[in-house]
Amino acid sequence: MAKVLVVTSGKGGVGKTTSTAALGAALAQTGQSVVVIDFDVGLRNLDLVMGAERRVVFDLINVVQGVAKLQQALIRDKRLENLWLLPASQTRDKDALTEEGVRRVIADLKTKFDWILCDSPAGIERGATLAMRYADEAIIVTNPEVSSVRDSDRIIGMLDSKTVRAERGERVEKHLLVTRYDAARAARGEMLSIDDILEILATPLLGIVPESQDVLKASNVGCPVTLNNTGSAPARAYIDAVRRLMGETVSMTVPVERKGLMDRLLRRRAA
Amino acid sequence: MDATQNAARQPVRMRGRSYVAFVFSPVVPIVSWLEEIDATLARSPGFFTGKPVVLDLSAVDLSQAAITHLVGSLDQRNIRILGIEGVDEAKLGGNLPPLLTGGRACIVAQTEPQAAQAKATANTNTNTGIKAKSPSLLLDSPVRSGQSIVFAEGDVTVLGSVGSGAEIVAGGSIHVYGTLRGRAMAGINGNSSARIFCQKIEAELLAIDGYYQTAEQIDEGLRNRPAQAWLEGESLRITALN
Repeated sequence: MAKVLVVTSGKGGVGKTTSTAALGAALAQTGQSVVVIDFDVGLRNLDLVMGAERRVVFDLINVVQGVAKLQQALIRDKRLENLWLLPASQTRDKDALTEEGVRRVIADLKTKFDWILCDSPAGIERGATLAMRYADEAIIVTNPEVSSVRDSDRIIGMLDSKTVRAERGERVEKHLLVTRYDAARAARGEMLSIDDILEILATPLLGIVPESQDVLKASNVGCPVTLNNTGSAPARAYIDAVRRLMGETVSMTVPVERKGLMDRLLRRRAA
Repeated sequence: MDATQNAARQPVRMRGRSYVAFVFSPVVPIVSWLEEIDATLARSPGFFTGKPVVLDLSAVDLSQAAITHLVGSLDQRNIRILGIEGVDEAKLGGNLPPLLTGGRACIVAQTEPQAAQAKATANTNTNTGIKAKSPSLLLDSPVRSGQSIVFAEGDVTVLGSVGSGAEIVAGGSIHVYGTLRGRAMAGINGNSSARIFCQKIEAELLAIDGYYQTAEQIDEGLRNRPAQAWLEGESLRITALN
């Protein structure tokens, strides 16, 4: 049975797109067939993070409007053959999305894939509401700071009221993914702690992704961090999150950078 | 006094209770006004059944015979008059209902139930305001940022937290079994005895019957503690619960 998962946050810049790509790739590595959809019409990024920007011909809007067939718009990942991307249009805006069109596309994808990951745009307007509209489950991406947490709270409220499942009286299962977490800064009180965030949002934790240079490096080369550097701290956090998503019990830790002997000996370059 | 002198005698117990009454204000010609009543009854039979009805005769000048006839006509339609307002007491003799004074206007929801739904509506009591006990609203999940819960009819109880940027508006008191981070406005219909209770106070704003305090004015020492807010005269008081 195909699962529709929306990756959302309310606030921009917290790591929705990065997380969608990383989770999608990690899911695909377990053998599941996965499609990631970019709902950020007009400001698309998922194609860049996935390294597929030079192969976009048709996009979600073309499919929604019936200009292109779904098969024509889907782009297969070069590294993983069971990972696919449905890109957004960069030249249009969110008004080009229709509820009926999105419903049709998702119903169609459900017959072909195990997992459908919807990368939501920031905000609470049309793009974001349509990205979550048909979701079975939701991943709420949050940074450990108050504005991001409050926006996440708002989004959780919308997941409980504006989705098809909510309107039918069913539940959208929600998972919290904390990104850009810095344990040292949280300990010094410069960041909200995981406990603070969980206390405010009252939503089960899916994973804690540490702040890391590896995330930016992976984005810049157009490769999900879970493919680019599998052993890195953020990649291990995303892989653990995917295992939890698939029902495994994995103890919750914040992965740390593995330092080699030379790193430890040569800790700091003298000025 | 009798009760103390003679312990064996049971004193008569009296209790006050208020109900919302429908007030009919007939206009001349009475015949066509009665036709209007008939039309209402045809649309919703039993609409006035079991509800107190008061006749306000201040707009018309009727003789005692005419009043008797009017009350009789309504009785034929199964509408029994509880009391009469706006008329000289001398005109009300014999078997006519008593004169009532001191009534206050209040809002009656304009729900005209259909015949089949009449009973269901009476059960669910959708804003008819006739239920003797004040109703309450129970929310068993957290109230999220951006959500607004408005319940003018009575108390609101939240099992969970109220997020920053969320608001609860209640005609009665507000109880939050969790952290109150948003806004809570109690007693909005002029109920100054309403209170706000929460397990942890981090509220953005608290208000009772229009008197409010913002987060800045709330004592820092109360933060994160169980607290209640109530109205003392014209000032809002907030104290820790333990």
